[in-house]
Amino acid sequence: MELANAGVNGSAVLQARGIDKHFGPVHALKNVDFSVHAQEIVALIGDNGAGKSTLINALTGVFPYDHGEIVFAGRPVRFASPHEARSAGIETVYQDLAIAPHLDSVANIFLGREYRQTGLLGRLGFLDKDRMYAETSAQLKQLGVRVPNLRRRLVTLSGGQRQGVAVARAVMWASKVVIMDEPTAALGVAQTALVLNLMRQVRDNGIPIVFISHNMPHVFEVADRIVVLRLGEVVAELDPRQATIDDAVSAMTGSLRPRSMSNDRPAEVRHGR
Amino acid sequence: MAGEPRGAEAQPDVEEQPATWSARLSSSIIYFILPALIIVFTIISRQSFFNPNNFQNIAIFASTLLLLVVGSTFVIITAGIDLSVGSVLVFSSVVAAQAMVTLSGSAEEVRAREYPNQLFGISAGIVLGVLSGLAWGLLNGVLITKLRIPPFIVTLGTLGMSLGLALILSGGVNVPFVPPTVQSEIGSRALFIVPIGTGQFRFTVPVAVATVVIVIAALALHKTRFGRYTYAIGSNADAARRAGINVDAHLIKVYGLSGMLAGVAGVLDVALFSTASVGSHASDNLSAISAVVIGGTSLFGGIGSIGGSVVGAFIPAILRNGFVIQGIQPFWQQVAIGAILILAVYLDQRRRQAEERR
Repeated sequence: MELANAGVNGSAVLQARGIDKHFGPVHALKNVDFSVHAQEIVALIGDNGAGKSTLINALTGVFPYDHGEIVFAGRPVRFASPHEARSAGIETVYQDLAIAPHLDSVANIFLGREYRQTGLLGRLGFLDKDRMYAETSAQLKQLGVRVPNLRRRLVTLSGGQRQGVAVARAVMWASKVVIMDEPTAALGVAQTALVLNLMRQVRDNGIPIVFISHNMPHVFEVADRIVVLRLGEVVAELDPRQATIDDAVSAMTGSLRPRSMSNDRPAEVRHGR
Repeated sequence: MAGEPRGAEAQPDVEEQPATWSARLSSSIIYFILPALIIVFTIISRQSFFNPNNFQNIAIFASTLLLLVVGSTFVIITAGIDLSVGSVLVFSSVVAAQAMVTLSGSAEEVRAREYPNQLFGISAGIVLGVLSGLAWGLLNGVLITKLRIPPFIVTLGTLGMSLGLALILSGGVNVPFVPPTVQSEIGSRALFIVPIGTGQFRFTVPVAVATVVIVIAALALHKTRFGRYTYAIGSNADAARRAGINVDAHLIKVYGLSGMLAGVAGVLDVALFSTASVGSHASDNLSAISAVVIGGTSLFGGIGSIGGSVVGAFIPAILRNGFVIQGIQPFWQQVAIGAILILAVYLDQRRRQAEERR
């Protein structure tokens, strides 16, 4: 598998081996191997129903898987809930933007991790709003995410700004891996550029990203490695510097053209079983 | 690859949007209704309205409703509803009154208006009244979160159950022989008296309890993590769940709070009227919900404040009082409140449409 190493520096941070998952009669994941290495953006692509979200949900403990094993930071793990995965340093940006639109940016970024005041007031649950504001402000500045007035409720912000907050929240808290499920789906051109830049920056800071997307130009612009799922199986691993969008689409749809299979084109295609 | 320029040119989406002042103003018109009412009634009724004794009457009249309103504010901010509060109030007042009567002396002694154990009896009645309210609230919360039944249905069910049980316990009549000490030492006891002009405002225990509850609730809602989670759950329960918040546990607490405050209101009702009045309070739940909504809390959750709800509770209280003084049939108050409720929700919707940009 010489190609699996394309764009990979260092060992796997998160590695899934032989993951199998059934939903009743539906075989949603079939013996899936998937790994995330330090300093890489690995794209996970596939048609609707290919098993992208199922794989991510199995990895992060949203639901259990039937067979297989997951090794995280060198140790076998089995997260019982997304909360456990988060505690271990894996943050997920969900497709449907898991934000509370009536809260402001600071409240959303600190949701579930609020700082409390010291002493008796803190024990009574009083929030340290100033400290959370200052920390959010500093972190967003460092990340290059600009949100107008952190105290404005998200409902008053544009879609791109809200996405910025959701991404910033994940990046701020992720210590090991960030998973992004269609983070650019609802964004305009400029906002997309912002999010893609942010992803590169996070990667360069040493935190790998799993990037789930339908948008091939975005994937090819930012990914270091592309894993293609089809009908619950990993059907290809591509190097975006050498493969083409056509190769990716062919692998996704299963209509492999001879061109991408032939000669020394490094787009390795593994057939499932 | 990392050398892409970042900065303002890549982020045209970040300019400050001008605040929609006109929309914001339109929703705060509700806050002007209260002072406007006070001014109008003062002009037309003069001293008979604008005097401390009358304000004291208004405050006493509003004190039990305010407790229900505080509980409903939390519930409605979570995008829930509690229809059971009025019935739970009645249930708790029956439990409190009967405990006070039975534990203060033997049946003969009580009939002879003698209460040898009244300190114990009254204390136990207060505790049991509050706890019975809490129990109904926790039951609401558990049914809503664990059985996944909508709050409207659960609390409609417990409305009927608690009122029915209250009537069974009391035999359908107001509980008699409540120790008079309850009224003299709690219901009408003034903790301190504020002299104002020619009159005085007696700060009675029910008014004090309502004030303390309002202050604590406002701090809890706006300053603590409990309040933050209340808003977050109402705004997007899934997001709250994904952020690691135990949504079910929080909702059980919120409904428990609402029930407990209804229990406190039931005890105060006994103290104010020296009996458990099973016939009144039938529409207290709707009064509480209207007050909360008039005060700017959204029935869809995520938005609201204690201060708004308090204003929303005083508008009907002052209307009724002013109409009575003017000799207008107090039933007009219901008509006016209905209209104000519709106006409040209309203005709230307008504000939100202006605010939510896409």
